[in-house]
Amino acid sequence: MINIYEVLETNKMIEQENLDVRTITMGINLLDCADSDLERLCDKVYDKITRLAKDLVKTGEDISREYGIPIVNKRVSVTPVAMVGGAACHTPEDYVKVAHALDRAAREIGINFLGGYSAVVSKGMTRSDELLIRSIPQALAETERICSSVNVGSTKTGINMDAVRLMGETILRTAEYTKEQDSLGCAKLVVLCNAPDDNPFMAGAFHGVSEADAIINVGVSGPGVVKYALEQIRGASFEVLCETIKRTAFKITRVGQLVAQEASRRLGVPFGIIDLSLAPTPAVGDSVAEILEEIGLERAGAPGTTAALALLNDQVKKGGVMASSYVGGLSGAFIPVSEDQGMIEAVECGALTLEKLEAMTCVCSVGLDMIAVPGDTSAATLSGIIADEAAIGMVNQKTTAVRIIPVIGKTVGDTVEFGGLLGHAPVMPVNTFDCTAFVNRTGRIPAPIHSFKN
Amino acid sequence: MIYMMSVMNKTIITVVGKDAVGIIARVCTYLAENKANILDISQTIVQEYFNMMMIVDVAKVNKPFEQMAGELAEIGLSMGVQVKCQREEIFDKMHRI
Repeated sequence: MINIYEVLETNKMIEQENLDVRTITMGINLLDCADSDLERLCDKVYDKITRLAKDLVKTGEDISREYGIPIVNKRVSVTPVAMVGGAACHTPEDYVKVAHALDRAAREIGINFLGGYSAVVSKGMTRSDELLIRSIPQALAETERICSSVNVGSTKTGINMDAVRLMGETILRTAEYTKEQDSLGCAKLVVLCNAPDDNPFMAGAFHGVSEADAIINVGVSGPGVVKYALEQIRGASFEVLCETIKRTAFKITRVGQLVAQEASRRLGVPFGIIDLSLAPTPAVGDSVAEILEEIGLERAGAPGTTAALALLNDQVKKGGVMASSYVGGLSGAFIPVSEDQGMIEAVECGALTLEKLEAMTCVCSVGLDMIAVPGDTSAATLSGIIADEAAIGMVNQKTTAVRIIPVIGKTVGDTVEFGGLLGHAPVMPVNTFDCTAFVNRTGRIPAPIHSFKN
Repeated sequence: MIYMMSVMNKTIITVVGKDAVGIIARVCTYLAENKANILDISQTIVQEYFNMMMIVDVAKVNKPFEQMAGELAEIGLSMGVQVKCQREEIFDKMHRI
């Protein structure tokens, strides 16, 4: 039988160490909503989402109360809209209408974000993919809860550089469209390589075509719990360090597994995966950077950071896979700058640079995330950054992403306030040497060879 | 609303606070009145805080879980301690392979 110390340990994790379930995300297939009439398409999309997910928020709240575990977000991901809207949408403005229908559905069911205003263009772009991408700036400016993602490359297909070039321009236009709110639109737009079909985390969540009609995916969290566990073993060997992270990750993941199974049962929707990511929040003590400091670095970004992060990421996975039979999504440590107080401080004191963050993305999920850069950064430079990050994902057979915010009217030294879970960020310097001639080449970077590894 | 009608339905009740005079009596009275069967009680002092845990079978409780949890929390509040009700599975999953 459970003893008092185990009960107290669990409740301490929840009350003092910020243990929570970060998100229950319901994936919904919208392929059967396709229609050649735009109004009918919007109605069908709205009806299906509000029908399948009508009890999502209440179920999440019920589970949260009964088990005493906070479930921070209840969200929905849908089939990439570019696949659904092809027959009905003939201009970018048509796609914006679909975005409004999705936004209305999100508001109706009470979720804070809906992901899947997306296109998968890792090898080539269809006309509807391109129309959707061109509609993103307006769609994100006019809606409140929609998240957008574009997959521009994969290990199997290479990198679609035409899409990379277009995304550099799209990010800049999105920043312009939302410049009154510190270019907030870009915080809801992510460019991916090797995007998973079952990611529950925003802004990159979409319901892939390999999925069932509806599915429940759960993202766990708990950087604070890992940090606290490591405080108890300061100075111990790597073996003890790894063992402690694994044990902690196991416990965190089991809670996620319980919540996922309960949500699946109560909603009558199959359980998909648990995403093992350590997702930080701007709250003090809920930071991946603070774990790196606890491992032995003065600040995130110091020499040794990449190795420490690689170790952390690997142990989280090793502990987590024991706790759930179905692990998927992104599964790793997130290193978003604006959403992690330790990362913010590391940038502010000069310990952490964009280049070091890029190195860190080689060993963890997901990529350059929530990074504010000067508003006068060129589209070509943004495309260059996207291409670099996609190349890391393509060659290393992992998901990488870029969620970068060129803040119009701000420059290095300024701070941007996004609010809530999106946090605040210091504007970081970007290498300003030009890559226009590289980015302006048309076509794609071929898929890498899968032998002769080095 | 989920009513507690199944065979065995274990809930963990924890009481945490500085002062515990009469609190166990109040909680136990409430549980008895609501046909909740106490299976195990243990207590300890952590950093001067009184910690008590009860494992309770609430299968015969004729109230929604939320209501029971709310009423117990109120009893706690009136005596300056925190009373929490949680289903046992969260602890079982976390601490047992």
